[in-house]
Amino acid sequence: MSTRLSSGGRLVNRGKAVEFTFNGRRLKGYEGDTLASALLAGGQMMVGRSFKYHRPRGLVASGAEEPNALVNLGEGGRFEPNQRATTTELFDGLTCTSQNHWPSLEFDIGAINNKLARVLPAGFYYKTFMAPRAAWKYLFEPIVRHSAGLGRAPKDRDADRYEHFYAFVDVVVIGGGIAGLQAAKAAGAGGAKVLLMEQTPHWGGRAPVDGGEVGGMAAGDHVTTLVNDLKAMPNVTMRTRMMGAGVYDHGYVLGYERVRDHAPDTPGPRHRLWRIRAGRIVTATGAIERPLSFAGNDVPGVMLASAMRDYLVDYGVSPGDRTVVVTNNDDAYRTAIALKHAGLEVPVVLDARAAGGGALAEEARGLGIRVATGKGIAKVKGGKRVTGVSICLQEGEGAALEEIKCDAVAMSGGWSPVVHLWSHCGGKLIWDDMQAHFRPDADRPPLGADGAGFVIAAGAGNGAMDLRAILADATGAGTAAAQETGHAGGETPVPEVAAQPEAAMMPVWLMPQGAGPDLRMKAWLDYQNDVKVSDVMLAAQEGYESVEHTKRYTTLGMATDQGKLSNINGLATLASQLNAPIPSVGTTTFRPPYTPISMGAIAGEARAEVFQPLRRTPIHDWHEAQGAHFEPVGQWRRPYCFPRGGESHAEAVRREIDQTRGSLGILDASTLGKIIVTGPDAPKFMDMLYTNMMSSLKPGKCRYGLMCNENGFLMDDGVVARLDEETFLVHTTTGGAEHIHGHMEEWLQTEWWDWKVYTANVTEQFVQIGVVGPNARKLLDKLGGMDVSKEAMAFMEWKDGTLGGFDARVFRISFSGELSFEIAVAASVGRAFWDTLLEAGEEFGITPYGTEALHVMRAEKGFIMIGDETDGTVIPQDLGLGWAISKKKEDYLGKRAQTRPHMADPERWKLVGLETLDGSVIPDGAYAVAGGHNANGQRSTQGRVTSTYHSPTLGRGIAMALVHRGPDRMGEVIEIAKLDGSTVSAKIVSPVFYDPEGEKQNV
Amino acid sequence: MLILTCPYCGVKGEETEFHSGGEAHLKRFGPGSSDADFEQYLFMRENPKGVHLERWRHANGCGKWFHAARCTVTLEVFGTYSAQTTEPPQHIRDAISARRPGWTWREFS
Ligand SMILES: [Zn+2]
Repeated sequence: MSTRLSSGGRLVNRGKAVEFTFNGRRLKGYEGDTLASALLAGGQMMVGRSFKYHRPRGLVASGAEEPNALVNLGEGGRFEPNQRATTTELFDGLTCTSQNHWPSLEFDIGAINNKLARVLPAGFYYKTFMAPRAAWKYLFEPIVRHSAGLGRAPKDRDADRYEHFYAFVDVVVIGGGIAGLQAAKAAGAGGAKVLLMEQTPHWGGRAPVDGGEVGGMAAGDHVTTLVNDLKAMPNVTMRTRMMGAGVYDHGYVLGYERVRDHAPDTPGPRHRLWRIRAGRIVTATGAIERPLSFAGNDVPGVMLASAMRDYLVDYGVSPGDRTVVVTNNDDAYRTAIALKHAGLEVPVVLDARAAGGGALAEEARGLGIRVATGKGIAKVKGGKRVTGVSICLQEGEGAALEEIKCDAVAMSGGWSPVVHLWSHCGGKLIWDDMQAHFRPDADRPPLGADGAGFVIAAGAGNGAMDLRAILADATGAGTAAAQETGHAGGETPVPEVAAQPEAAMMPVWLMPQGAGPDLRMKAWLDYQNDVKVSDVMLAAQEGYESVEHTKRYTTLGMATDQGKLSNINGLATLASQLNAPIPSVGTTTFRPPYTPISMGAIAGEARAEVFQPLRRTPIHDWHEAQGAHFEPVGQWRRPYCFPRGGESHAEAVRREIDQTRGSLGILDASTLGKIIVTGPDAPKFMDMLYTNMMSSLKPGKCRYGLMCNENGFLMDDGVVARLDEETFLVHTTTGGAEHIHGHMEEWLQTEWWDWKVYTANVTEQFVQIGVVGPNARKLLDKLGGMDVSKEAMAFMEWKDGTLGGFDARVFRISFSGELSFEIAVAASVGRAFWDTLLEAGEEFGITPYGTEALHVMRAEKGFIMIGDETDGTVIPQDLGLGWAISKKKEDYLGKRAQTRPHMADPERWKLVGLETLDGSVIPDGAYAVAGGHNANGQRSTQGRVTSTYHSPTLGRGIAMALVHRGPDRMGEVIEIAKLDGSTVSAKIVSPVFYDPEGEKQNV
Repeated sequence: MLILTCPYCGVKGEETEFHSGGEAHLKRFGPGSSDADFEQYLFMRENPKGVHLERWRHANGCGKWFHAARCTVTLEVFGTYSAQTTEPPQHIRDAISARRPGWTWREFS
């Protein structure tokens, strides 16, 4: 039984009790507890169930490497799944629930999978995904859907605020253990601007728990001195609760600061994502203890020896009353000694090394602890809690020598440096035979923009495993970081450390060494994903010899802990099965973040209305006041329609079209892209940009033009007005202004840089208003100021003048087929002009219309829309726009590509109109089916619908489509597939449904 | 996230300020060119493990296109230079040679 001891716990404040609930059970902890330590203090060792077999799982670790203790934390807008109990600071009122079980943690139906373990071996998921479709649909999917998934997804909107923070420093030190503190001190003393971060709330890392003597004082006291020294340095910034999440190119670091997870009711952002540029990064990330692979090493009560020590020393919590310690190195003796000092029973220390340990082992013996060398655990007894162990020879096959009753096991398989941050950006590793671990290879660091290494590993994170080596290494790293960022560096002394020699560790990858299949299939490598020694061996047998393949086949290391505990043990198992040395098997790739970071922190302030900038025309407020229904177009919101009274959107669109075609409509077209192209070579440049001949356009005239990319595909269209001999005004689509301007600049700057052309994007300088309908001219005449008669301004002409006292440029162009003017005025008077038009147009029933009416009217006229009729694979020739392609020009962008055989192929799908025989509206994006089936068993197709609407003007459904040889098949009836599998018959017709002669606009 | 220096405005910026534009020093082939030349121009790109010459635009800055010489393996940047040139200038070639003696890229070395 785990419990709180009557004294001890350097991090908890016994004077301040804190209440929380776990699965509805009310529990008490102390200020300073983690959720994990408080759960243990409350006797709650079992905290969840595993992912695949739903086996009972207890706390294994005390920090970020914890694989089992994931909980659903909080409620409502603060609900978050998969939170690690070991890194969750306790606060009053915390609520959490365990995951991965149904109906309850104690009794779980899914545990049946455990009984089926023999038929759910490694590769189950892999093989399942390769299975036939039918098996998936009826067999696997229902089971997997019910049992898969870790935690629950939050349903409510996040109640908290998050922010990004930018920092530029000489040196970032990641890790506030004794090495990080020392490195920061050396870098700071060397003159560098330093940012030091520590993921936990406390400085010092393991040193205060592990002990030792530095500079004549206890290691813990030395930490306090170091922290005080650093606080006094103005060039050093210190942050706890901030994890180095990732290291990226050229010294970019992400810091993840959990500002008030521990105090949710205080003001401020919950998390802060630091986006840091550093000259040098010192990774003082420490090391993580490895589990040992013996049968039953996942039974609740089996813990890392160092974690057990942490719970004891930091929180005054004993994970068990009788603890068997099992190890292959000296460090675990510290746990045995600490347990003994706390008055707890340690029946035996099992040391797999025949020769046993060094000074620490002697100290343990001196305390009366039994030490058995050359021994290991054959098997742990117990289901939901350890009840005992059977002891065996490490070199044997697991024959039990003795049974020992206990309620906890402290295991240590050696230590692995935390190399993640070193590796994120390409730092290479080297295998250390003595310590049986990978550590950073200082000769192959991640490289910066100047080709020099920009990460320096320090301390245990660099493979320095005793205090003296750690402090020397950290001092060197900090000094080097200062020097390499252009500072003096100075001479920071390495503190004196009392020698504490340890006996060499011995690699133990399987306990006992000769464990047979029965034991191997109970020896866990990856606790969260249920990967056992036997699974990795099976993967190797089945030919998954690459470590990356093994990972995916077995899911080893793919859980939310990303293999922090399982990585090396898994590699070693694979290597031994392949009879290959571990370094030649290599590691899987370490990717950021080090531990998961919140989506809120990634988003930062970019949510709701500031998610992305909203572009507003000067008339936007009017649209809003009218209750317009908006649709996003690029970064703009454009009115889709203006419903009145109780009108539906469809009814509003219909009214807007009827009014426009019948009398007078008005459109805010200000979002239209407007780019000035000017200069002596502008005509030549325009001829290259457009498929049409633009150089022949006369000042005062407009021309509809098509722009293709060099691949020949249509990318934009619009009306070009020639302002003078050297100047053109290019209109682009609403979404196209920026990238078309960029396209122009790219060609001008990188290909034709000797051409004298200047471009300017003036989209937002003008409000542009469409005045559309048979009464359009009457309205402009009423405003007065310029002659817009047919004689003075023919179709496709423009003129500068004044209208109702406003300086205006009037274009006589039409996208609706009606008599139509587009009028541009300065943006600053745009809203006033709009109001003037509305007032003057009242007698004609002037009706503002939105994008849907615009779309329907253009479709009735057979005008294409970029993005509907085009999708990046369509050339103008497909759309019957051959008339807009100059035959006279030698060259334009896309011309050469359009002569490629596939482009000139008569078999291409080409634009036609479609009329359903029953008058119905074809579903958007529907395909025209042909006879037969393709190689995938899908129905063959012969075309697709690009635009489809109900036309109020024609009183029926109309559509535009790209159809195989379409224009050659006028009058033919084809079948269009509907979503329900049935088809609708449609006749191929001209895409111009309304006023094909253009009589309406030529008045 | 790379750091690049725009040779026009002199700003040393984060990668998010820039827009990558693919291979540098392409020779355009237009109407009348052979299929082979056009294919080479439109589709065939260098994919080196090492020295690479690229086009970038200071999109969220001065708006200018420029060239960058960098290593695709180590991400080392040897230098940035004008877009208005058909080949890397001598000082860039020298900077690359200093770090990658004997380098070649297309017809350049
Ligand atoms: Zn610039």
